Amino acid sequence: MRPPPEPLHVIKRRREGLLRTLVDGVPYIRFLGVEFDRRGDELTAVLPFKDSLIGNPRLPALHGGATAAFLEIAAMIELAWSTLWDGVESEGALPDGPLRLPKTIDFTVDYLRPGLPRDAYARARVNRSGRRYASVHVEAWQDNRARLFAQATGHFLMPQPLRPGSKA
Amino acid sequence: MTDITDIARSFIAALPHSHALGMQLESIGAGQVTISMPYDPALVGDPETGVIHGGAVSALMDTACGAAVMSHPQAGFSTATLDLRIDYMRPATPGQTIRTRAECHHVTRSVAFVRAVATDDDESRPVAMASGAFTVERKG
Repeated sequence: MRPPPEPLHVIKRRREGLLRTLVDGVPYIRFLGVEFDRRGDELTAVLPFKDSLIGNPRLPALHGGATAAFLEIAAMIELAWSTLWDGVESEGALPDGPLRLPKTIDFTVDYLRPGLPRDAYARARVNRSGRRYASVHVEAWQDNRARLFAQATGHFLMPQPLRPGSKA
Repeated sequence: MTDITDIARSFIAALPHSHALGMQLESIGAGQVTISMPYDPALVGDPETGVIHGGAVSALMDTACGAAVMSHPQAGFSTATLDLRIDYMRPATPGQTIRTRAECHHVTRSVAFVRAVATDDDESRPVAMASGAFTVERKG
């Protein structure tokens, strides 16, 4: 007989736990106010609007730097999330020790239209994920999913497993 | 005496996001600026090491590059980023101010090209480098 399915609250607690572990420890994510909306394994980064994100007060428009930082956070968290997802789902537990996030090697932002003074959303896609390097693309929009206001591609260095003495 | 540096300094201070990150204009010339961002625990990306998040460095790069365009005599006083690429060479040393020197090295009727270098106290080893393209407002 098939084992009974896991209770829903156990699944949700495990997945939320992984997301909180990745996001809550990073002061800069809190500083910008970036949040993550999770549907199964799909993450949407949300940047709730606040005045301190404005670059040009005359337009007014989001600061290009705030947009870049938002996209970089969305890309990095998606990469760490998708790397850890399988292990956490099969083991049913978070990995031991402090979680180490990937390191940005380079990040290229393409500004398509001015960021309006309202909430922004971003979704990232890991296009290549190797043992050492990963390439991630991320798209951001505001009112309309099809009208992107910025997109970016970044390369990341994956955290290497800490295994003292295991080196060949 | 009010000179261009004072005007530019108050302009940077009036950009809410740059102000929130504590950025300060150190110098400005024709197409060249230096902007610094003091260490702040709120900007940390890796709590294990205390290293500043790349996103905050990106914001500093973007501000410095935009200011370099605006200070260029052929580019005019308003600009927007078209694209910006940043290479992260090493983590900035925790506790140290990050300083970005940006230079608008070429301007056409439509586009301004900029490059920038960010360093901490060890100026011989860059923390990050950037290159970007910015809009040039049409003179009406």
